[in-house]
Amino acid sequence: MQTLEKLAREARSLAAGEWVPTEAESEAARQLQICNACRYCEGFCAVFPAMTRRLSFNQADLHFMANLCHNCGACLHACQYAPPHDFGVNIPQAMAKLRLQTYADYAWPAPLGKLYKRNGLVLSLALAAALALFLALAQQRVGDKPLDNFYSVFPHNMLVSLFAPIFLWAVLALGMGVRRFWREITPATSGAAVSAPAAAEATHDVMRLKYLDGGHGEGCNNADDEFTHARRRAHHLTFYGFILCFAATSVATLYHYVLGMPAPYELPSLPKLLGVVGGVSLLIGTAGLFKLNLQRHALQGDAAQKPMDLGFIALLFVISFTGLALWLSRGHTIMPIWLALHLGAVMALFATLPYNKFAHGIFRTASLVRHAVERRQPNPIGLGND
Amino acid sequence: MNKSQVLNTDVLVIGGGNAALCAALMAVEAGARVMLLESAPRAWRGGNSSHTRNLRCMHDAPQDVLMDTYPEEEFWQDLLKVTGGWTNEALARLTIRASSTCRDWMRSHGVHFQPPLSGALHVARTNAFFMGGGKALVNAYYRSAERLGVQIRYDAPVDRLDIQGGRFVAAYVGGERIAAKACVLAAGGFESNREWLREAWGQNERGEWPADNFLIRGTRFNQGVLLKHLLYQGADPIGDATQAHMVAIDARAPLYDGGICTRIDCVSLGVVVNQNAERFYDEGEDFWPKRYAIWGRLVAQQPGQIAYSIIDSKAIGRFMPPVFEGVQAQSLPELAQKLSLDVNVFMHTMNSYNQACHTGSFDHTVLDDCHTEGVSPAKTHWARPIDTGPFYAYAVRPGVTFTYLGLETDETAAVRFGGQPSSNLFVAGEMMAGNVLGKGYTAGVGMSIGTAFGRIAGTQAARAALGSTLEAAHANA
Repeated sequence: MQTLEKLAREARSLAAGEWVPTEAESEAARQLQICNACRYCEGFCAVFPAMTRRLSFNQADLHFMANLCHNCGACLHACQYAPPHDFGVNIPQAMAKLRLQTYADYAWPAPLGKLYKRNGLVLSLALAAALALFLALAQQRVGDKPLDNFYSVFPHNMLVSLFAPIFLWAVLALGMGVRRFWREITPATSGAAVSAPAAAEATHDVMRLKYLDGGHGEGCNNADDEFTHARRRAHHLTFYGFILCFAATSVATLYHYVLGMPAPYELPSLPKLLGVVGGVSLLIGTAGLFKLNLQRHALQGDAAQKPMDLGFIALLFVISFTGLALWLSRGHTIMPIWLALHLGAVMALFATLPYNKFAHGIFRTASLVRHAVERRQPNPIGLGND
Repeated sequence: MNKSQVLNTDVLVIGGGNAALCAALMAVEAGARVMLLESAPRAWRGGNSSHTRNLRCMHDAPQDVLMDTYPEEEFWQDLLKVTGGWTNEALARLTIRASSTCRDWMRSHGVHFQPPLSGALHVARTNAFFMGGGKALVNAYYRSAERLGVQIRYDAPVDRLDIQGGRFVAAYVGGERIAAKACVLAAGGFESNREWLREAWGQNERGEWPADNFLIRGTRFNQGVLLKHLLYQGADPIGDATQAHMVAIDARAPLYDGGICTRIDCVSLGVVVNQNAERFYDEGEDFWPKRYAIWGRLVAQQPGQIAYSIIDSKAIGRFMPPVFEGVQAQSLPELAQKLSLDVNVFMHTMNSYNQACHTGSFDHTVLDDCHTEGVSPAKTHWARPIDTGPFYAYAVRPGVTFTYLGLETDETAAVRFGGQPSSNLFVAGEMMAGNVLGKGYTAGVGMSIGTAFGRIAGTQAARAALGSTLEAAHANA
């Protein structure tokens, strides 16, 4: 009977163009109402100070806050209402579920948001297809020629014609997605424009992963209620390793086109230096994140997202591993295999970039910027003063 | 771990909340072997401490998260006021002084403090907030205790003690006997024991059993088994069984563990009526943080042990958002109907109040000049007519935080039998809070008492245990 009433209510709301919350949204809103009456966790991260600026939570509020949450787990272990309490408050889990929904909801073009449903499978298929492509290409091209140079396996122009469209597509799709997200959450976060101090603060919070420090500087939770810096460090190694690898490719592109110095480059050239340091960092970082993900407390985050998370981490690991192997196998007959594997993995990453875990960095950054803007505005609730 | 190691120890701590953990940590730091018995399973460990949020601290100068000063004398006067003098000054002052020096020790065991929470600025000067609340504190203490080698057992309710001549000999968990050289009792009050509460409160003049309508804000594991056992064994009692930290909480709160979020903080912004639709107390007598602790008892004295906090839309956003939605109506008669109150009486109450409001300049941050004239009971501050729809109502019931009946003690935290302190049995936390709190409450003082006496009890127990080891060593030499 209640279900029928609920359905009728939803139908009326839909007809009136009102927001009909999804299950993930209703659950996040339900939990936040409990949290807002408690507030013990205010010191941990940005989510709770953002919460205290609101008395109720509309869709944009929820999407904004879900992406502010870093799944550090501090509030889960500190919560007097966490399971087995009947209230069943588990903010990291509710936010993780809703975050996944926002990645899908804001994906561009919209139908491709469905790729988040079985993301582990999507990544595997993308990897398999990309590997098949490059192995087939390699087989076609490798005859009895000497193999000291990978452009003799895959000519530079062929690589550019394969990767440039995919990369540009990824940038466009991510840009369109986050643009919609930004437009949705901006009015809900005071609507004010981004000031320089707010931008600087958000940049700092992203670069330092401030919200994995637990609010007290001892780190976040992983396996239990003990605080650890392990996840923050592994994420730094991954993130900065990725940036260095990307920088290596960018510098190499400049060398190629501007300086007329085509690859290969050897140590101590800048592209190689960046690539090796970045590759090793990415290798260690992703291995760490993978292990920490497997060790994570069963209630912290959304267990159903492990295939997406682990698949993404594994893909980055494969990229760094094959990249380093490629370099070490230069001049050997096995080099084309490593090259095909490396390029296949990189292509799989970029082809799925707007529809895989990578989105978390973009959406979280957008939320952190809006949070930095919002918290500089007067609190709309006069409560703290009373 | 072999069986003989498990079944005897230097210091046995019975209980698993803040006071018990403080005692265990002090004892293990003093070099004793310590075992801690928590009656709850691990997921529910920590007793009422898991629901706490701060510690009332004396300080003579600003300290990290504490603003300004809160000298001993002011703290003492606050305590004197809320207890109406029903306190032991020596033990109260001991608690107060201990609160000024304990936080570095707490930090060394992983407790983090944070600036006051939004909506709690009124206690920024007097109370140090735990980052993440009491459960984070409890988690930190358990981690530290494990690291230091305290043996911790969950699901281990102690049902009786072997006490001989005022000396602790052993404790029993079911059929299992655990011997120790000294023991600290920190197993909480009896607030979760419905039958005991019923018996203590008895039947009122209306023939009701008031305690049947009480909700318990904290743990379901404080059954008072050991308290009853100790009183039966002749330990000196302290306090009155009907005295407790009681607040008015949302009537829809769960029977146990509703904690902080079920409180209703809009009393001083509106009026409160009972089941007969009549007001019964000055809602604006003083700042809410100074009055919230009397409303549980006030509601307990009303028919049906229920009352309704009524506000209009002027109050929205001025108090901590409640966990459950209020009953909402566009008009006051409609509100009365929704609450099943007599509409005529309700409207008479509301109209009399509204007409009596002498509205000055409303300011919820000071004791303002908005008050009533010619209505009884008066509302002495923040009295504004309730006239702007929509109107909201929250049904409230008495919510028991913890009971004050306990064991009498002294500066050494010793349990006393016939006026004589035991040489190896000590008590801390809710089981002895009644020494300091005969009645009434002020925010954060429960944790001040638990921390002060937990630490004293742990130190004394270690001394009693290791002292006897030394004696034994001398005897053998």
